[in-house]
Amino acid sequence: MSEALVATEVPEASVPGASGARQFWRRLRAQRAAMVAAVVVALLVLVALAAPLLTALEGQDPTTYHPSLIDSARGGVPIGSFGGVGGEHWLGVEPQTGRDLFARLVYGARVSLGVALAATAVQVFLGVVVGVAAALGNRWVDQLLSRITDIIVAMPLMIMALALLAVVPSSFPRPVLVALIIGFVAWGTIGKIARAQTLTLKELDYVAAARLSGWGTLRIARRELLPGLAAPVITYAALMVPANISIEASLSFLGVGVKPPTPSWGQMLTSADVWYQAAPQYLLLPAAALFVTVLALTVLGDGVRTALDPRAASRLRIGTGRRQESKAGKPEAAKTEAGRSEAAEEGIA
Amino acid sequence: MSGFTAFALRRAVSAVLTLLALSVIIYVVFYATPGNVAQITCGPRCSPEQVHQVAQQLRLDDPLYLRYWHFLQGIVAGHDYSTGTSVEHCPAPCLGLSYQSDQQVTRIILNKLPVSLSLVVGAMVLWLLLGVGTGVLSAWRRGRFTERALTGITLAGVATPVFVIGLVLMIVVCGQLELLPFPEYVSFSDDPEQWMWGLLLPWVTLALGEAAYFARLTRASMLETLAEDHIRTFRAYGVGERSIVGRHALRGALAPIIALNANDFGSAMGGAVLVESLFGLPGIGQELVHAVTVVDLPVVVGMVLVIGFFVVLANAVADVLYAVADRRVVLA
Repeated sequence: MSEALVATEVPEASVPGASGARQFWRRLRAQRAAMVAAVVVALLVLVALAAPLLTALEGQDPTTYHPSLIDSARGGVPIGSFGGVGGEHWLGVEPQTGRDLFARLVYGARVSLGVALAATAVQVFLGVVVGVAAALGNRWVDQLLSRITDIIVAMPLMIMALALLAVVPSSFPRPVLVALIIGFVAWGTIGKIARAQTLTLKELDYVAAARLSGWGTLRIARRELLPGLAAPVITYAALMVPANISIEASLSFLGVGVKPPTPSWGQMLTSADVWYQAAPQYLLLPAAALFVTVLALTVLGDGVRTALDPRAASRLRIGTGRRQESKAGKPEAAKTEAGRSEAAEEGIA
Repeated sequence: MSGFTAFALRRAVSAVLTLLALSVIIYVVFYATPGNVAQITCGPRCSPEQVHQVAQQLRLDDPLYLRYWHFLQGIVAGHDYSTGTSVEHCPAPCLGLSYQSDQQVTRIILNKLPVSLSLVVGAMVLWLLLGVGTGVLSAWRRGRFTERALTGITLAGVATPVFVIGLVLMIVVCGQLELLPFPEYVSFSDDPEQWMWGLLLPWVTLALGEAAYFARLTRASMLETLAEDHIRTFRAYGVGERSIVGRHALRGALAPIIALNANDFGSAMGGAVLVESLFGLPGIGQELVHAVTVVDLPVVVGMVLVIGFFVVLANAVADVLYAVADRRVVLA
């Protein structure tokens, strides 16, 4: 009887499928701020992807020097009003080199988003592999991996990334290197989340059923555990993307991250304060680009968290319930368990 | 109480073990790198004879674990380096020699440490006051305009990289408005007043981003506490809202804030690197950036270890404080 029970593909049914995804989209769409942020992020991604197209439209590229456009007698200040803004150079040129600012800015979006996403992918991969291995391994494996994870979590990210940049071979393509290093120093929290979630999941009946039916550890990890890890890992990873953008910008600002001629927003700001009087946009544009990108990704990340874990989100919203009711997708939330706990909390407030 | 002492002791032992493990990882990562370690350590301008001498002082002929053991010995007992003609003594916490700047690493760090500690500790006072205050205020005014305004401001604060905040502040406050002179570090013992004025802008810069983070944290933690049963009981007894938020809920919310503040110490050190570089403060952050740029390995390794030491120490102290605030932790 029990054999017959486990033989049927019970596990498949509990894998979060299309209905989970649909519910997620519905909850995400219900949040106006997150949707605005999503549009901004989509635009930024579009700009990054279309960078060659946009610069071709302008007729410039990010690396060509224009010595004729800067006043070498005055230390390299761009010639013309507002730092050389005009039909040729839409946003002016860079002081000292005369490189086109618009081209550097849109190619900078590529570097910024590309490095951050690649670093996040490395963090998720390492974190999930180490976390799941710790949770499924024996006591010694768990101890070893958990201690290593603790150390990674405890060490300051910026310091470690900075220090590692001193010893890596400089022949490596710089953006790839920066992404790898950020990934390698900051997977600890995802590792902890993955381990805790796997420990919970592996006690569940459907995993026990898979084990009883003779599935190997690897197959169980891939088919039964990974889908259950998706929600908490995505929640955290969504907030890692803006953090990674900040770190890349910071490292490049310090002159050890992405190096010229490859443009990066952080790197553009390195010497921007010196030129503030003559070419204010040289400082304001990369700073604004960074601010908007990190802000939009943070708001979107918050939205993703709310959509994946409405219970936690509703806890943080107590007292604003009535206002929320008219705006956000309240009727559907009320049907869920999270809705009930939210209602209970409103009773207090 | 004995349970608590045992907990504190356990925590201290685990902190020491963590530090040891950290030192192993760092030593292996930095000294097992591909390439000629002696040449890299000595710097690009070194003659073959100098490189040879460095290789001897680093004991590069020994296997890695022996070299690490030697390194640990230096930290505990100090070292004597023979420079051919004379002997240079490097006293107890000896982190090695920087061949590029011709100084002992420990001395470099000790020279720079007061600047960084002044920066981080001063900023920490500011961000805790500002962050917790803002968080309490928005929890108290929840659902009102004040809360939404504060939520927006703190979100912007969290989203702005620390060096962008600093750049804008520097240009607006020092450049345009000329409210403050450009930051400059003056030692506290030389002139406390100048020390404060010189560090004011760096403190604010470092504190703003962290304060925003803590405001969000405090608000979330407060709202969670406000939903608990004992708060409901206080309300039923007719305790006023101000007292509930400002006294009872804050007490419940404080423990996680203390713990996270220590965990956040590491990220504050990272922020300090940026602030020091931006304002030209001669602290360990600026020195680290310099050491990374010129690949001065002994300095990089020493700095990372010292910063790691402070982070591990802060975490251990926070865990013990957390246990003082919330005795349930000891039982777990």
